[in-house]
Parts: sequence; C-alpha cells; structure tokens
Amino acid sequence: MSLSPEQVRQVAQLARLQLAPEQTEHYARQLSNILEMVDALSRVDTEGVAPMAHPLDMVQRLRPDVVSETDQRAAMQSIAPKVADGVYLVPRVIE
Amino acid sequence: MANDLHHGWEAVIGLEVHCQLMTHSKIFSGAAIQYGAEPNTQACAVDLALPGVLPVLNEDAVKKAVTFGLSVDAKIAERCVFARKHYFYPDLPKGYQISQYELPIVYEGHLDIELENGTTKTIGITRAHLEEDAGKSMHENFSGATGIDLNRAGTPLIEIVSEPDIRSAAEAVAYLKKLHQLVVYLGVCDGNMQEGSFRCDANVSVRKVGAPKFGTRTETKNVNSFRYVEKAIEYEISRQIEVIESGGTIRQETRLFNPDTGETRAMRSKEDANDYRYFPDPDLLPVVCTQDYIDAIRGSLPELPEAKRARFEKDFGLSPYDAKTLTSSRELAAYYEAVVKDSGADAKLCANWVSTDLLAVLNKQGKDINESPISAAALAGLLQRIADKTISGKIAKEVFEAMAAGEGGADDIIKAKGLVQITDESAIIRAIDDVMVKSPEQVAGYRAGKDKLFGFFVGQVMKATQGKANPDAVNRLLKDKLAG
Repeated sequence: MSLSPEQVRQVAQLARLQLAPEQTEHYARQLSNILEMVDALSRVDTEGVAPMAHPLDMVQRLRPDVVSETDQRAAMQSIAPKVADGVYLVPRVIE
Repeated sequence: MANDLHHGWEAVIGLEVHCQLMTHSKIFSGAAIQYGAEPNTQACAVDLALPGVLPVLNEDAVKKAVTFGLSVDAKIAERCVFARKHYFYPDLPKGYQISQYELPIVYEGHLDIELENGTTKTIGITRAHLEEDAGKSMHENFSGATGIDLNRAGTPLIEIVSEPDIRSAAEAVAYLKKLHQLVVYLGVCDGNMQEGSFRCDANVSVRKVGAPKFGTRTETKNVNSFRYVEKAIEYEISRQIEVIESGGTIRQETRLFNPDTGETRAMRSKEDANDYRYFPDPDLLPVVCTQDYIDAIRGSLPELPEAKRARFEKDFGLSPYDAKTLTSSRELAAYYEAVVKDSGADAKLCANWVSTDLLAVLNKQGKDINESPISAAALAGLLQRIADKTISGKIAKEVFEAMAAGEGGADDIIKAKGLVQITDESAIIRAIDDVMVKSPEQVAGYRAGKDKLFGFFVGQVMKATQGKANPDAVNRLLKDKLAG
C-alpha cells in the first residue's frame, strides 16, 4: 500500500503540520514504507484472537471521587503566554 | 400526527444527549466541577494537558454510567475501552478528547415513551459512552483574542445515542423529557439545562413515506431546552422537504439553531466526518465491570418513575393522571408519601392537596418542592385536623393559605384565628333558630315546597358561624328544624 502526495498533504493538514512542497514526496515514500510493514503484519492469521486494546494485560484502576486538586491558577497562568481576567488568551478563533 | 402534516414525507430522527454526571471531581483529575466558579480555578495540570500528566479514571463516573445503563435495560460491557478523538480547538488543550469509540460502557438499551394518542413506543438506545467535556471559549470582550476557561474541561459526561426510531418533533420531546426525568431520578445528572448539564444534538433526515433508505441527515447542535428542540426539529424537517421538493439535495452538515429566529443555519460541513482519527488511548487501560459489580449497582437502583407510578395507582388508588403528576420527580413523590404516612388521612385526599393546592402555591412562589414553604409534616398536620373534624375542608383551605404565607403550623393558625369547627350541636341549633327567625318568608317558601331554598339556609348558617360549623351537622339539623 502506498500513499499519494495528496493523501500526505491531507494527513499533514489534519495534524496541523506544515509541509514544504518538496518534502511531500519524501514523506510519501517513508510513510508508505511504514504502511507496507503494517501490511505484512496483517497477513498473519489472527482468526480467533481477541483484539488487544492495550499492550499491558491489566485492567484500569479507579480513583475515588474526591476533589484532591486545589486552585493553582496563579502558578499555571504565570507560565502562560497571555492571560486576562483569569482566562487564557489565544488568537481569535471563530467557527 | 405530525407526519401527515408533511404531505407524504416522513422524518427520521436520532438524538444524542450529553448528560453531565453528578460527581464531585472530574473524570480524569481531582479538580472540582462546581458550576459558576471563577475561570480556571478548577483546572489543574491534567485538565491543562501540561507535559507528563496522566489521566486517572473516577470510579463514581463509571458507576453512574452503569446505573444509567441498567435503568434502560442496556447491556453493560464487560470490558470497555477509552479512545482518543482528535480535533484542534483551543478549549481542548490535549488536541484530543478522551471518549469511547468501538467499545462503549453501555450499549443496546431502550426507553419507552408515551405518545399523545396514549400509545407507547419503544425508542432504541444504541449506546451510552463515557467521555470528558471540553473547556469554554469566549469570543467577545477580549479585544480580538479568544478567552479560554478550562473549568469545564474534564467534566464527566455520558453521551446517550438513540437509534433513528423517532419520527416527529413531538416524539423527540417525549423521549427527551422521559430521559431527563430518568437521569434526574437516578441521581446521575442534575438535569439543569440552562447550565448545560443536559444538552441535545438532533440528527434529522426526511424520506418519502415507505422509502426503504434514510435520506441524508443533518446534525443540529446543542439545543438547550425542550421547546427549542421541538422548534429546531420542526424547522429542519420543513427546510429539508422544501430543498428536496424544489430539486435540491441535502448536504450532510452540522447546523446551529438560533432561538431568536427559530431557524437553523449551516455551521460546518461534515465532509471530514471520519477524520477524528480515533484510536485506543494508551494512557488508559481497559475498564472491567464484573458481574458482581453490576449486580451490586442493580441492587441499589432507586424505584424508577414507571414502577412508582404503578405502585401509587395500586396502593393508593390514585388515577393514572394523579399518579403521573405525583411521581414527576422523586422529591415530590417522597413528599406525597410522607404526607400520607404522617397524616393517616385518605390517600386520595392527600393526593388532591399535594397535586392541586401545594403545586399551585409552589408555582405561584416560583419554588421547587425542596423549598416548599409547607413541609410534608406540616401539611400532614393540617390534613389530620380535617380527619378529626377540628376544621372543615373549606376552612382548611384558609389555614393552608396562611401556612403558605409562613404564618405557622396548622394548629397555631387554627387557634390564632379561632377557626375550630363548631361540632357542638346546641351552638349550631342556636344559629339555625336565629336564621329562621330572621327569614320568615324563606321558611314559609321552603315549607311550601321550594326545596331549592335549602342551600340558602345552609349558606346563612355557615355565614353566621364564620364557616366553622360542621357541614354534616348543619345539614342534618337544618332538615329537622325546617321540617317543623
């Protein structure tokens, strides 16, 4: 299986990665190699094997429903690029 | 039916309800989730997605999801898995939302709704999955910037997805109301729609009646009242029929409802629908619900609205209407049961007082049953005074009004206002004699066969005793006296 340059551009867009036009071919080749490796894996007969959701054969531990975090807003906002009136500021986004 | 209004067209509707779980802390962090806190004071390192943080699942969120699942006869997944749903938006700091995709915790349930014509319809519940809420973006008031409040980020939700079994806006509202009542009854959700604790997205498509396939659907987002859901769906059905009848095609897209105009408008196209790139979250292990765990939760389920309604009809002899009214909330039902138990009065009498008089007062004062100016014990005290004939039912209304106005308990008011019923027959006879002396013409008329005048005498005697005479005794003694 191989990826077209167009598919590479689309994936980059979804991941918000900036790709120079001359890099497209390069990544198309590399990503196609990865997909070929996965293709090889999918040729293994997995009949009767349950899909694995996690490599560790363990189950999730749960925590009690207790508020354990105190307000650290001042500390958190001291490392933020821009804040005002307690909110974090980002470049304007409107859908 | 609504379908007939659309000339051979039929609507196909599926609803997605986001329901905020009533926990103390977030689903994956120990931050608080109190509504209305100062911005970002309930957003810890996990909620902000600072490097190196890991999610730890809240056991009560799992329990509430299972509780809901059992109440709609759904299956509970023995193993369920959290997945990352990727999209970029500044109020989602991780760049993905932790949700569930292929293996949700709850699946294949159903809810029965009652239609206007009195029949029952079963709406399938495809699934209900656990997920975290996003933060809040504010586009106004920050001079060209967007302000981000992450207090809501990480709030536990279940998203309840219905099958496309709903065929009209009215059915959609019936389903939502039933679901809302259920989650509030269960204590799973506070149901506050204004605060966004219970919000609905509606998937709507139309097709010719009898057509085998569904049409292309649109999704209308975040409609936050029952009335708006009805309006938004009605609008969307009519819009789609118009588009198709005038030769156009429906685009699969997300639309926003505008309550001011009653219209929906396109928000974004759904062409990229499958680009969330879901995959199992490696930070979270599969969640296992054992049969013992599920059975324990099943054993602790409260009595559900329908069962309670049936019991009220059977045990208290209530009409279906009264039983429905009195079980509309768990608190109201508990109030009613306390009144019956404490007063020892007739259950139907209690039902009348609660469903008519009390609800009227609450409505007038804009109060919830929990804030009732008259406690169940106080109302029971009043009904006891009717039962032991201290006061008549009519006087009781007066006492009730005084109680609602905060003038004290029934006994205090009866005493203070001198409302004790006159059962002493000699006193009543004196009043009757007095009335007869003052009304010789009416006495003559009655005796000449004008039976209707009897009501006049009752009225006069009650007036003379300020309504305090026992009505039964008045009737009986008057008949004797007038007979001469």
